[in-house]
Amino acid sequence: MTPNLILFLILALVAVATALGMLFSKNAVYSALFLVLNFVTVAVFYLLLGAPFIAMAQITVYAGAIMVLFLFVIMLLGAERLPDTHVLPWQKPLATVLTVILALESTYLLWTKARPSGAVLPPGAEVNTVDNLRAMAMTLFNDYLLPFEVTSVLLLVAMVGVIVLVRREKGQKS
Amino acid sequence: MIPVEYYIILSAILFAIGVAGVLVRRNALIIFMSIELMLNSANLAIVAFSSVLKSFSGQVFVFFVIAVAAAEVAVGLALMVEIFKAKHSIDVDQMNSLKG
Repeated sequence: MTPNLILFLILALVAVATALGMLFSKNAVYSALFLVLNFVTVAVFYLLLGAPFIAMAQITVYAGAIMVLFLFVIMLLGAERLPDTHVLPWQKPLATVLTVILALESTYLLWTKARPSGAVLPPGAEVNTVDNLRAMAMTLFNDYLLPFEVTSVLLLVAMVGVIVLVRREKGQKS
Repeated sequence: MIPVEYYIILSAILFAIGVAGVLVRRNALIIFMSIELMLNSANLAIVAFSSVLKSFSGQVFVFFVIAVAAAEVAVGLALMVEIFKAKHSIDVDQMNSLKG
């Protein structure tokens, strides 16, 4: 048991526990807060994997912007709790069984068949944040320049789409 | 050191929890959060493989996935606000007609 493995196991426990907390919270606000913790844990995993830029982007975009938007909408709609409805009584048990089968099957297949196998960040490897940023920027702006520009157009389209969606029509009362 | 399989298995477990959230919960906002959880678990797998392969392409793809997720959340939440205006509920069982 190396220190890194212990760190990994504790963090994995936190990640799974917060994901389950999100799943089982009755109140949507608690779900959102559990999900923030889960995203921060995944950001720490990115640091362990030697991807500091992605870790910081994860915290600012996911844990920051996206989850604030979620909390904002939950509180705007006042939809923290929904009354229990049972339209399909057999749906919950069936979904649980199928999900457990999916988890076991994919875990087994990945355990036996995952390629490439190997350790992440061999012992003694230090990740220099500036070198990582430089190498990532070179990849991003040399090999993936067109996808990068398309992403900016996508964000613009999303912004315009949201404004069109929530705009009130002329003369419409609400 | 930590074998890459551990990361991939963690990612599979998180993905399964996300699938369970989509199937079990009836609150549309929590279903949406579960989708974010699934995207996140896929990102974790991509970064783990990119770390093993010593390639930065994986990290660049994760960056794109994060950007697309941000756009998706903005549009999805706007849709939910609209649905709530029409139905006064975001229970997915209530969303059973194409015209509000």
